Amino acid sequence: MKREFRMKAAALAIAVGGLFGAALAEAQSANEIFVPVLVYRTGPYAPNGIPWADGFVDYLKLVNARDGGVNGVKIAFEECETGYATDRGVECYERLKSKHPVAFSPLSTGITYALTDKVYNDHIVLITAGYGRADSVDGAVFKWNFPMMGTYWDGADILVQHVKKKGSLKGKKIALVYHDSPYGKEPIPVLEELAKKEGFELIKLPVTHPGVEQKATWLQIRQQRPDYVFLWGWGVMNSTAIKEAIAVGYPRLQMYGVWWAAAEPDVLPAEMAAKGYNGGEQPADPQGHDQVPLRQGAGHRRQAGGGGAGPLQPGHALGDAHCRVDPRGAGQVRQARRHGRGSALGRRASHPRQGAHQGAGRRGDHAADAHLLHGPRRVA
Amino acid sequence: MIYRETGQFKSSYEADQQLFPILQDRVFVIGLALFAFLVVPFVASEYLFRAILTPFLILSLAALGLNILVGYCGQVSLGTGGFMAVGAYAAYNLAVREPDLNLLVVFVLAGLCSTAVGVLFGIPSLRIKGFYLAVATLAAQFFLDWAFARVKWFTNDAPSGSVSAPPLEIFGHLIHGPAQKYLLVLSIVSLGALIARNLARGAIGRSWMATRDMDVAAEVIGIRPLTAKLSAFAVSSFFVGVAGALWAFVYLGSWEPLAFDVNRSFQLLFMVIIGGLGSILGSFLGAAFIVILPLVLNQLPTAMGLPLSTAMVSDLESMVFGALIVFFLIVEPRGLARLWAIGKEKLRLWPFPH
Repeated sequence: MKREFRMKAAALAIAVGGLFGAALAEAQSANEIFVPVLVYRTGPYAPNGIPWADGFVDYLKLVNARDGGVNGVKIAFEECETGYATDRGVECYERLKSKHPVAFSPLSTGITYALTDKVYNDHIVLITAGYGRADSVDGAVFKWNFPMMGTYWDGADILVQHVKKKGSLKGKKIALVYHDSPYGKEPIPVLEELAKKEGFELIKLPVTHPGVEQKATWLQIRQQRPDYVFLWGWGVMNSTAIKEAIAVGYPRLQMYGVWWAAAEPDVLPAEMAAKGYNGGEQPADPQGHDQVPLRQGAGHRRQAGGGGAGPLQPGHALGDAHCRVDPRGAGQVRQARRHGRGSALGRRASHPRQGAHQGAGRRGDHAADAHLLHGPRRVA
Repeated sequence: MIYRETGQFKSSYEADQQLFPILQDRVFVIGLALFAFLVVPFVASEYLFRAILTPFLILSLAALGLNILVGYCGQVSLGTGGFMAVGAYAAYNLAVREPDLNLLVVFVLAGLCSTAVGVLFGIPSLRIKGFYLAVATLAAQFFLDWAFARVKWFTNDAPSGSVSAPPLEIFGHLIHGPAQKYLLVLSIVSLGALIARNLARGAIGRSWMATRDMDVAAEVIGIRPLTAKLSAFAVSSFFVGVAGALWAFVYLGSWEPLAFDVNRSFQLLFMVIIGGLGSILGSFLGAAFIVILPLVLNQLPTAMGLPLSTAMVSDLESMVFGALIVFFLIVEPRGLARLWAIGKEKLRLWPFPH
């Protein structure tokens, strides 16, 4: 019935928004899947956003060129600039959701929070590969969020277990230098629990957006002399943090960055002085989809003018795009296209993390505890 | 020729003092209101509601508030984003801690919280003017940013700092779907515009305009600067607070403090400057311009067959904004509202040559 009204008022629609006709739903070409690409190529997060966006788009082009699309169906994609801003991300989502997208992947925890409520009503898949809400692993509550390739609770746990191998953490100090946003605050519950369990002192040092003002933070670190510094930054904050660490003389060997703080754009500005900085990597997908051949493949095909920043961010993006286009499960993309979630849930059910979370069933402290009780993590 | 008021005689003071004394104005405004309330909810697409109409209406309410402060009273303020945040977080806390409150009451109380904060940060205006006041309000913006990011009570101890609005419900009726949200926002904004227009042409509005034009002379003839300036801050912050609550609850749904940062303040100031200082219509025109311009800039190159990268489009947007602000300040400092008024003036003669 709404369609009738819309068709009857076509002239009005043209008068009001002629230019936006391109954005409204057109009948999707029968032989194309639409993948929306929410990126940020401007703003303080562009140093990491641009290589990620390039990698993502490169992989989609690779699949189209090398394989002729997925089972012969080409991938159509459209980029939308979000600038890491929540309202622009929401606007991009609204603009692109009428094109029957396979899934959204905003590369921003803040935008993920905003879109979680919306995808729940619109029944569109939201893939958060290596970011997003850590509590969305509970599929019973978050039916349309698909966190893959590690959450921040995993990341915090991985880092703590790794530094524990160097010696008991009892009595030691670990400082968390984090971006003052939902992204940076995600690991805090797990780190606080681990601090109680392992006996170390957690020092929380927030850095306000965009993260270029870190002198006060690193002076505090110089005063307090923590044994390890975990860096949970993004964009220009990472390179600034490393440069400030050099300025106050904090040994980079004791700095550990989560996977989003461990890419080439973060260490290159400091050049040789950044030597020794450690960075985590995302946990591999449990079904063993090997990412290395993909990276090599994309490396050969990658256009020379693609920015030249190292392979790590495109690698993350490749993994993300790969989650969308699974060459082994031909049915999966078709199912995603039909807005079904059967196969994706099937994949998740075999994920070893699920048992713990379904048992816990509640967010907050209980989920954090269950997460820790689950057992050893794969250290990437 | 179209806009002549010949033949329209008023036989009572009420008729003469009405909001739209000229018949053509009345017809146009009432027609537009009926169209917006009765026709648009059925014909517009979901994209039009969610991405264009709802943000346009909410931002025009905020621009209205800022226009009262900057345009009518002449107090430059760069803290509007912070006051929107106050409204948003106040509404969130009220809705979460007192779930039985009616949504409209929640919005009004959120506006009142924003009023209190606005008056507090408006007290420096009694001593400092112009640029220095702008800096003082900028301090308000950063302080409020910090408060909502650091003080856990405001976000109900959410570990991520990101909060979600509860479902909207008025008198037992659940508001879901873009058309219903649009109608809710439209009603609140229309009411707000009516109140603002009547305040601006009443005694209080005249005291604001006197303070703006020459505050020493205003004081000399008996307008108390304290009352004039603080009432401007109070009314402006109320509108901005309600707009912030609407932005968070109806448009975003889930937000973090960055949604109300200094860029939002600048965006609202640009709306008011481009739309026209000291004009109710100007707030709406400025808001429409700023909401629609980025979308046009996104679609136009593709429509014209020149695909630009998204980064280039985003940077182009900033360049065009800057250029337009400079253009408006030089060529037409009274903004789009003045262009509209000039259009109406021309309509008095058109289509005849003289």
